[in-house]
Amino acid sequence: MSDVQLALGGASFQGLAKIEELPGQGMVTLRADLDDKAVVAAVKDVFDVDMPGLRGTSLDGANGALWMSPDEALLLCSYDEAQAKADALADKLSGAHALVVNVSDARSVFKLTGGLLREVLAKLAPVDMAPGAFEPGQVRRTRLAQVAAAFWMDDAYSARVVCFRSVADYMFGILSNAADENAQVRYF
Amino acid sequence: MSARIATQGRLINRDTSVQFKFNGKLMSGVRGDTLASALLANGQTLMGRSFKYHRPRGVVASGAEEPNALVNLGEGDRVEPNQRATTTEIFHGLSATSQNHFPSLEYDVGVVNNVLSRFLPAGFYYKMFIHPRPFWKHVYEPFIRQSAGLGKAPDTEARDPDRYEHFYAFTDVLIIGGGVAGLQAALTAGQSGAKVLLLEQTAHWGGRAPVDGGTIDGLDPESWVDRTVAALQAMPNVTLRNRCMGAGVYDHGYVLGYERLTDHTPDTPGPRHRLWRIRAAQTITATGAIERPLSFAGNDIPGVMLASAVRDYLVNYGVSPGDRTVVVTNNDDAYRTAIALVQAGLKVPAILDARPDGGGALMDEAKALGISVQTGAAVAKVKGSKEVHSVLFTAQDSDGSETTEIFCDAVAMSGGWSPVVHLWSHCGGKLQWDEAQAAFVPDPDRAPVGHDGTAFVATAGAASGMMTLQEALMDATQIGMTVVKRLGHDVTATEPDVVQVDEAQLMPVWMMPAHAPKKLRMKAWLDYQNDVKVSDVQLAAQEGFESVEHTKRYTTLGMATDQGKLSNINGLATLATALGEDIPQVGTTTFRPPYTPISLAAIAGEARGDLFQPIRKTPMHDWHDANGAHWEPVGHWRRPYTFQKPGESVKDAVHREVRATRNSLGLLDASTLGKIIVNGPDAGKFLDMLYTNMMSTLKPGKCRYGLMCTENGFLTDDGVVARIDEDTFLCHTTTGGADRIHAHMEEWLQTEWWDWKVWTVNATEQFAQVAVVGPNARKLLEKLGGMDVSKDTLPFMGWADGELDGFPVRVYRISFSGELSFEISTPANRGRAFWDALLEAGKEWDITPYGTEALHIMRAEKGFIMIGDETDGTVIPQDLGLNWAISKKKEDYIGKRAQARSHMTDPSRWKLVGLETLDGSVLKDGAYAVADGENENGQRNTQGRVTSTYMSPTLGKGIAMGLVLNGPDRMGEVITFTNSGDGAKKARIVDPVFFDPEGEKQNV
Repeated sequence: MSDVQLALGGASFQGLAKIEELPGQGMVTLRADLDDKAVVAAVKDVFDVDMPGLRGTSLDGANGALWMSPDEALLLCSYDEAQAKADALADKLSGAHALVVNVSDARSVFKLTGGLLREVLAKLAPVDMAPGAFEPGQVRRTRLAQVAAAFWMDDAYSARVVCFRSVADYMFGILSNAADENAQVRYF
Repeated sequence: MSARIATQGRLINRDTSVQFKFNGKLMSGVRGDTLASALLANGQTLMGRSFKYHRPRGVVASGAEEPNALVNLGEGDRVEPNQRATTTEIFHGLSATSQNHFPSLEYDVGVVNNVLSRFLPAGFYYKMFIHPRPFWKHVYEPFIRQSAGLGKAPDTEARDPDRYEHFYAFTDVLIIGGGVAGLQAALTAGQSGAKVLLLEQTAHWGGRAPVDGGTIDGLDPESWVDRTVAALQAMPNVTLRNRCMGAGVYDHGYVLGYERLTDHTPDTPGPRHRLWRIRAAQTITATGAIERPLSFAGNDIPGVMLASAVRDYLVNYGVSPGDRTVVVTNNDDAYRTAIALVQAGLKVPAILDARPDGGGALMDEAKALGISVQTGAAVAKVKGSKEVHSVLFTAQDSDGSETTEIFCDAVAMSGGWSPVVHLWSHCGGKLQWDEAQAAFVPDPDRAPVGHDGTAFVATAGAASGMMTLQEALMDATQIGMTVVKRLGHDVTATEPDVVQVDEAQLMPVWMMPAHAPKKLRMKAWLDYQNDVKVSDVQLAAQEGFESVEHTKRYTTLGMATDQGKLSNINGLATLATALGEDIPQVGTTTFRPPYTPISLAAIAGEARGDLFQPIRKTPMHDWHDANGAHWEPVGHWRRPYTFQKPGESVKDAVHREVRATRNSLGLLDASTLGKIIVNGPDAGKFLDMLYTNMMSTLKPGKCRYGLMCTENGFLTDDGVVARIDEDTFLCHTTTGGADRIHAHMEEWLQTEWWDWKVWTVNATEQFAQVAVVGPNARKLLEKLGGMDVSKDTLPFMGWADGELDGFPVRVYRISFSGELSFEISTPANRGRAFWDALLEAGKEWDITPYGTEALHIMRAEKGFIMIGDETDGTVIPQDLGLNWAISKKKEDYIGKRAQARSHMTDPSRWKLVGLETLDGSVLKDGAYAVADGENENGQRNTQGRVTSTYMSPTLGKGIAMGLVLNGPDRMGEVITFTNSGDGAKKARIVDPVFFDPEGEKQNV
């Protein structure tokens, strides 16, 4: 859609890591008992991913599910499909106690690329970013400096950070600042 | 005079000279110098003036504990006061000035205080500045401010050009201190496979072992340190950071490290300081020990230094403190200084040993070198002012009246060693008194404990009170093993093989000579930086200050930037003696982080300039910015207060926006309003508890205005609730309330009503929301087309989903202005495009975007309350005449019980009314309505206050709302308001609805 406008219009920065604002990402919040078999089956059916475990991710191409809390998951899909998938999931769960909300527009997503992305994140989030302590397959719902954020690694050299759309500018600022090429820590 | 000598200097590179300035004078040092060693090398023993008496002061120590040699470092944007010369590595172009002198360091007029010093005893400020009271503001305060503080604050316009950052590190074992004990502990812990982080505050590893000598595993200490550092660097599980101080130890194994990356090379790009925010499962503090001064008259004259510092300057930097150095001691260690000086070709006229029998093997070695050793001896007085001329020595067990003069230009003193227990103590580690060493040492049985009651801090080496090389390394090995065992690792380490000289026991000496008369005690300094003398502490004791904490504050002992690192033990020993108690009974003051001052910029990290705080921006933010938005902060959001046209004043812009909206068509970015989705079979029941009015009876497709109170009954938020379907509600909150109210909901759901079937999602940012307001509002939507927004299909307080001009929208037919109004939400990423489409289509009605002030005026004209204006945390809905929004049918809601309390039902609570000045002018916001008489504090009685007040462009006069005693019963009555120094203003009590009281305009 031509009138879909990202918060920062696709900003990018190259430093210790490359920081890029990603194009629209479909995101659906699910509030439900994540252990409920009907919920697990509905998510599998609509998003074609398994329900992740504690602080885990379940990613498969454009689709994915991120553990947010024992009763909240963030489901990923293409931006254009988000509303339809949210409706479909809500429909499947109509008998269960569950809330499904399309939050694709509420968020901004940044991609971090490069071998030093762990250092960039460790300057901002109170998370153990050491190899072995944090790896692809895990997600953290935490804060980066002063704003709420969630992040996960897609592989050893790339990570995605999600924040609220209104603070996209701040998020891009702190990530770029932390990725200053003269500010390598050499801890990991 | 101090000077650079031709030999020694293990830390300097004589081939590279470094130019720097001190008080504007160009000086030359060499690479590896500290500012202190470079100044001494230039013969500059006078480095500053003391705080209270402006006495000349020179460097006393060689490390972090230095109290005297503080400088203003840097120029312009990089000025920093109170920087220790001993921990400042010099670099080309360094510029430092001494502190607390006027007009110059050499000739200070403030030194007159010296003569008057007997008039500035302990507690002087408390005694002097009490009466007469009126003197405080104009006489005492300016005087105290002028004499307060040593360094100068940077210029208010100065802006720090450097970068700072934080770093979160997690480790199994954190070791603070890279001396031989820290290195050995790291080696031991590292061999277990545990993850180890070792911090050292200086640029060098090994601490003072290379200066003090001995043999470790057949190597001299320096070689052993090199070998060990290399071994640690080869271990992948071990990280070493030098120039990184352990600043504080906190609960849950949280430790702050303060890394100074470019202080020594300020032109290097990259962060200047990095604050390490460390979580360590176990922390070992291997922080060493600090030598104590001896209390004798004149112990503050430049040239009198700690014996260890004299040795450090000699061995590390090739600097002699003088040509003739008298050594005075109560222990064996200071003999090492005498021996080192003589071996370097310098003269030691005498060693004055307070112990009647003198020392052990080191004394014999000194004697063999031909040094004169006087046992049972003391310094009665050091003569000199800006430099040492001579020492008068006497018997320790005397009153110092019979003396012999020894000419010298430096004095090296040692009163024994105190373990650095600060980091151990920060989080509750307890101390015990070690009689033999006359020092507080950590009590390993009372360590800081974590959540599970187990110890998470241990000490190693001299920090444990293990003062010899052998003991220290043995302790470090054992502690290394103990700590990894706590983590479930196992390691068998062998203690290094140490050869050392045995030392004789020290003798505690708290005053020199033991029976010094007052004349000498008044010149014997305990705290150099704050000018506290033995006589001051004794006076405090005499005046009844028995607690060490009280004495500290009364005398200012240990309250300077060095936090009493040198003065602490001597001060409390003096207090204990004066009180006739034992030192352990008197105890220590509290050790608090940071260990030495750290930069505020490091604490701020990235939070400065543009990144100081997150600024939340709506999808239309850029349009506002480009169209004259005069910004107002609302929560973390920025909202346009008004949109100024070129040449237009803020006030004119606001009034134009109000008139345009009332007469034709206005547009408001309402995206910041909170939008919380509440869903589930119990959602209605839940909202009935949250809001004062009934929400469960709301029909799908309808909206209802609601009030939320706190448990104490006070109004906390308001907003329109829309029922989406049987199980789903959308709750609008105030802009600032969205996150708070969402947390409030979750708290009740998670802690009280955990069995209710309700989910919430804060969807605030999913939608851009625009209020289309004014008589032409419906025409605009009809022009855009796509859905029926007629009065019949979409009546007042109804909502509908649909499309407008191709945008997916939800339209709420609600009004906060009294006009025909639609609030329209669309997905955030399309918000800007939707805004643009409205502007384009609205041109024919002169569509006018308006800001928060026009919004406020229009709601005030209608008598609508505003959370934060009419409410301030003490106001209940009943005060505001909102009884219609409080359900009488409901059994309960949050705040109901509180609103039944006697004070809440008191008829004399001030109530909301409208206010109109008699002359049409505007009342001041917050102005009080005066009443007759005065209260018990002699203040004028009041009977009301203004809660919001505006010039109404619609009505052409000032309008206000306020809370007034019995207000609703006093319609038409005129009362008088204060006008902040501008006389009084009379206003008539009126109905708060000033405009269109029948609501005809909004209901069309």
